Amino acid sequence: MTTRELRTSGLSRTSGVGLGITMLWFSLLVLIPLIAVLVTASEGGWANFVRTVTNEQTAHAIKLTLAGAVAVTVINVFTGTVIAWVLVRDRFPGKALLEFVIDIPFALPTIVAGLVLLSLYGIDSPLGINVANTEASVFLAFLFVTLPFVVRMVQPVLEELDLDVEEAAASLGASRATTFRRIVLPSLAPAIFAGAALSFARGVGEYGSLVLLSGNLPFKSEVASVRILSAIENDNTEGAAAVAAVLLVISLLVIVVLDAIQRKVAQRG
Amino acid sequence: MAKYLLRTFAIAYLFLLVAWPVSLVVTHTFANGFDALHAIFTNADLLSALRLSAIAAFIATVINTVFGVSVSLLLVRTRFPGQRILGALLDLPLSVSPIVVGLALVLVYGPLNGWFGPALEAQGIHVIYATLGIVLATSFVSLPLVIREVVPVLREVGDDQEQAARSLGANEWQTFWRITLPSIRWAVVYGVVLTLARSLGEFGAVKVVSGNVSGETRTAPLAVEEAYLNFNQEGAYALAFVLASVSVICIAIVAVLRHRSGKVHS
Repeated sequence: MTTRELRTSGLSRTSGVGLGITMLWFSLLVLIPLIAVLVTASEGGWANFVRTVTNEQTAHAIKLTLAGAVAVTVINVFTGTVIAWVLVRDRFPGKALLEFVIDIPFALPTIVAGLVLLSLYGIDSPLGINVANTEASVFLAFLFVTLPFVVRMVQPVLEELDLDVEEAAASLGASRATTFRRIVLPSLAPAIFAGAALSFARGVGEYGSLVLLSGNLPFKSEVASVRILSAIENDNTEGAAAVAAVLLVISLLVIVVLDAIQRKVAQRG
Repeated sequence: MAKYLLRTFAIAYLFLLVAWPVSLVVTHTFANGFDALHAIFTNADLLSALRLSAIAAFIATVINTVFGVSVSLLLVRTRFPGQRILGALLDLPLSVSPIVVGLALVLVYGPLNGWFGPALEAQGIHVIYATLGIVLATSFVSLPLVIREVVPVLREVGDDQEQAARSLGANEWQTFWRITLPSIRWAVVYGVVLTLARSLGEFGAVKVVSGNVSGETRTAPLAVEEAYLNFNQEGAYALAFVLASVSVICIAIVAVLRHRSGKVHS
């Protein structure tokens, strides 16, 4: 145990009261409601749960959601790393604007994001590309809302990276591709992976940006979140909770993965 | 050569996915000059939707700021059992679907079958289908944003100055206001601005808990959907423009502040 830990061990009275109040609020707002989802999903028994989530329409929605989230995550790993690279290593006029544009999907209300995409890729598309009410629209919406995650995780790591090591590798005869693969990529890997996990989770749970864009057509463009919402609107709370539990477990797994990556980086650091 | 290829790719990708579509909302809004915007600010229902969104976002931001700063201090400056699990769980709202958030709140605070709902209802406290529910849903989804900004800064500045202040006789309160808060103030500002932007635009979670009654529990993002589905495209674009402007201004503030403080990232 270090001196720092010794110094800070044991809670003062203020900290104790603070911990009590914040934990109470966190429980009432987040933990108890999420537990209620899992409890409600389990109330009907395992067989019921399986029947609900393997219902043809629901299963299709879950599959579409997962497939879309995986595809978008794979693309983000590539494009996100490239964009982060351009932002850190390249210099050109207008770069600050690019930096600004990347944060827009994060701050823009999701319903507005859907409307925004609809205006370029909808029925009145100036490009002549109309993806409204198709599977492709789900993919496009995911791509928009998950854009910042990999970029924003990779960028700070790339900024901290020591250029000397890369120069040394190059001076020893390594090609640029080899330098990138052997020197740069291993340092970026945890950040890329963490960004990928966040973008996957965001895709899986996405709802707002799809409302106007995808048309929520059963067996075509309907995602898991929409299935949950229609179950709620039909007063089928148990059915809603079952699908919600599937999404919740995925979110929890993502959190566990993120935590593991952070630990690993901290140990190495 | 490779450099120019990558640069062109990044610019083209961001232009096609973000910049161009966003700019179209602006041109749609001003297709007939200021008529569409004027129509929003003379429509009582839309005004009340904007007001409700602003109130809910403000309350959620205040709650999350106080909560976020306290939790950050507890996570970085103290040790207690379960700290690691708490740290991980605090990120949950970022990865949970907004619809799941809404459902979770209904299951606990629903007036008829919720775990606590009927008891609260008996006390005259309405949560679901009322402003309180909208505030809860909004607080839930934007919960980690302040924490994610403040925790790394708290770690970086260390506690040497706080120790010094305490050894000179300052109590915990004085140490917090005079030493800790000034050193994390920019992180708190970024967190607040991001929370505000996220809160103002929340759609899915609010849709489930609010009941979406025009003039009462319909927030601005819900009104965008309603307008669009009722073939009032112009109104939808104009309201979307108002919401988008607020969020773009929010990230612009953060970008400028970060740039000025000499750090691109905290």
